Amino acid sequence: MTTNIAAASALRVHQVCKSFEVPDAPGTSRLALDGISFSIAAGELVSLVGPSGCGKSTLLRLVAGLDFPDTGELLVGEERIVGPSAERGLVFQDPNLFPWLTVRRNIEAGLVARGVLREKRTEVDEFMRLVGLEAFANAYPHHLSGGMAQRVALARALINHPKVLLLDEPLGALDAFTRMRMQDEVLRLWENRRTTMLLVTHDIDEAIYMSHRILIMTSAPGRIDREIEIDLARPRDRTSDLFLRFRSEILEHLHFAGNAVDVSA
Amino acid sequence: MNADAPVTDKRSTLPWPMQLAVPVASLITFGTHLLIAQKAPPLETRSYMLLFWEILGVSIVLAIVQPFWPALRKWMRHMWPIFTAGILLLGCWDVITAGLHLLPLPYFPGPAAVLRSLISDRELLLDSTWHSLVLLLSGYTLGVIIGLVSGVCIGWSSSVRYWGMPLLKVVGPIPATAWIPLAMVVAPSAIVSAAGLVALAVWFPVTMLTASGISNTRASYLDVARTLGAGRLYLIFRVAIPAAVPNIFIGLFMGLGASFLTLVVAESVGVKSGLGWYLSWAQGWAEYGKVFAALIIMAAFFSTVMTLLFKVRDRVLVWQKGTIKW
Repeated sequence: MTTNIAAASALRVHQVCKSFEVPDAPGTSRLALDGISFSIAAGELVSLVGPSGCGKSTLLRLVAGLDFPDTGELLVGEERIVGPSAERGLVFQDPNLFPWLTVRRNIEAGLVARGVLREKRTEVDEFMRLVGLEAFANAYPHHLSGGMAQRVALARALINHPKVLLLDEPLGALDAFTRMRMQDEVLRLWENRRTTMLLVTHDIDEAIYMSHRILIMTSAPGRIDREIEIDLARPRDRTSDLFLRFRSEILEHLHFAGNAVDVSA
Repeated sequence: MNADAPVTDKRSTLPWPMQLAVPVASLITFGTHLLIAQKAPPLETRSYMLLFWEILGVSIVLAIVQPFWPALRKWMRHMWPIFTAGILLLGCWDVITAGLHLLPLPYFPGPAAVLRSLISDRELLLDSTWHSLVLLLSGYTLGVIIGLVSGVCIGWSSSVRYWGMPLLKVVGPIPATAWIPLAMVVAPSAIVSAAGLVALAVWFPVTMLTASGISNTRASYLDVARTLGAGRLYLIFRVAIPAAVPNIFIGLFMGLGASFLTLVVAESVGVKSGLGWYLSWAQGWAEYGKVFAALIIMAAFFSTVMTLLFKVRDRVLVWQKGTIKW
């Protein structure tokens, strides 16, 4: 597993621990993240997979700066993460578009929030074209399908040119076909902008299809158990032998391997 | 016979029964009036019959015009049953009061007598409506502004909530009209005290609903905004407040209802003008025709104001269109 960290690491997580108070028993706390360390190179697309409740989303919130670790540190470039910032965009499973704003105004939101709308107004059109939503510029979010809404959410996060894009199961609520189309869409955005991405998912196929590297987490307490580099050429074939081999390797690691898959590794 | 004929007929004109409904209803209502009101003062009957001729004339003209005017036809199709029922109801009222004397006089005059009061006292009524409007608008605006500010503060800041919420919960439920004895002592004039009371009546629901709307803003909207680079001002004015607007409008409607009530009571006890004052003045002289006239004006006035607020809401909450009905 020799990841070439020759490129400067865009995101570094070092020995991060986080615990939460147990709601039923005050005074006691549960360790959610236990000594998490990893780093992501600039322009890399890394997935975080693991069973639900393993702390994937907690970790993502720490990276976003919406929550703080008990110990350890998180760095973007050389800077410590001390709070949310426009340089770390976040897309949730629910697109969370502002329902009172049109598609166009939703995409503009980041520019308005940073007070740079006037200088960067032309970029709004560029991003609407990028996600193919020019025709829906003046539509309100409740008129959009799930896939369209998620494309708006991606454009809204990308318009700030974040150093890192955090994706918290962004395609989890979509049907299987839309999801596969959207995976290509996200890859196209990545190829277009080479934004560093950290993708939380529980869909193993999605992780293999999209990422350069997969971090596998286990739960209670959340730890990074294993790191797998996916060295398949793109575009990837979801049915190729190599693809399926990665799949069974991960499943086996998560103790879900059955007989249906030929485990030749 | 052309098979398509009925379909095209339906599209290009109203069915006959609907075209005739209003003229026939007014013939019944006013014909009855002529029968039962032979002893009524001629002046009273004359203005009532003038109303009849107007309704008859307008409804016939509309029936003639509607084949050439689709928007009018749509409106008539929607409104005519209601108008017909309203006119027949007028006839029933006439029969019950002036016809059969089932209700005691002078408390329940017939429609013709009420119309006569409406016409003869129109200047005073207009003036009273104007004064009520000014009082209502100044009190309501004041209450809404203060309510929005206090609601946003209580909803957003937990320390303001800690100190403000108990005050709101204890003082808010007191009906604004219960403050009348104090307000009359404290305020420099009756008008100011009435406007203050209306504002107080509006302030409570607006504050309450605004605060709950702000504090229930979906956390994920705020999270997303923060990762987009939003500062505190953006979070309050561009996320929390827009998210609270549906709630705020509920507060505005409740406040409007409370303000009508307070307005009428405040006018009838302290202020020497306005519809509330007119109402109690007419009652004092036992002129119940004028009481009913004032009630009719109030109905028209208050429902117009209410409708305007609905229109404002529809415009502001256009983004909800299709998701919510209320």
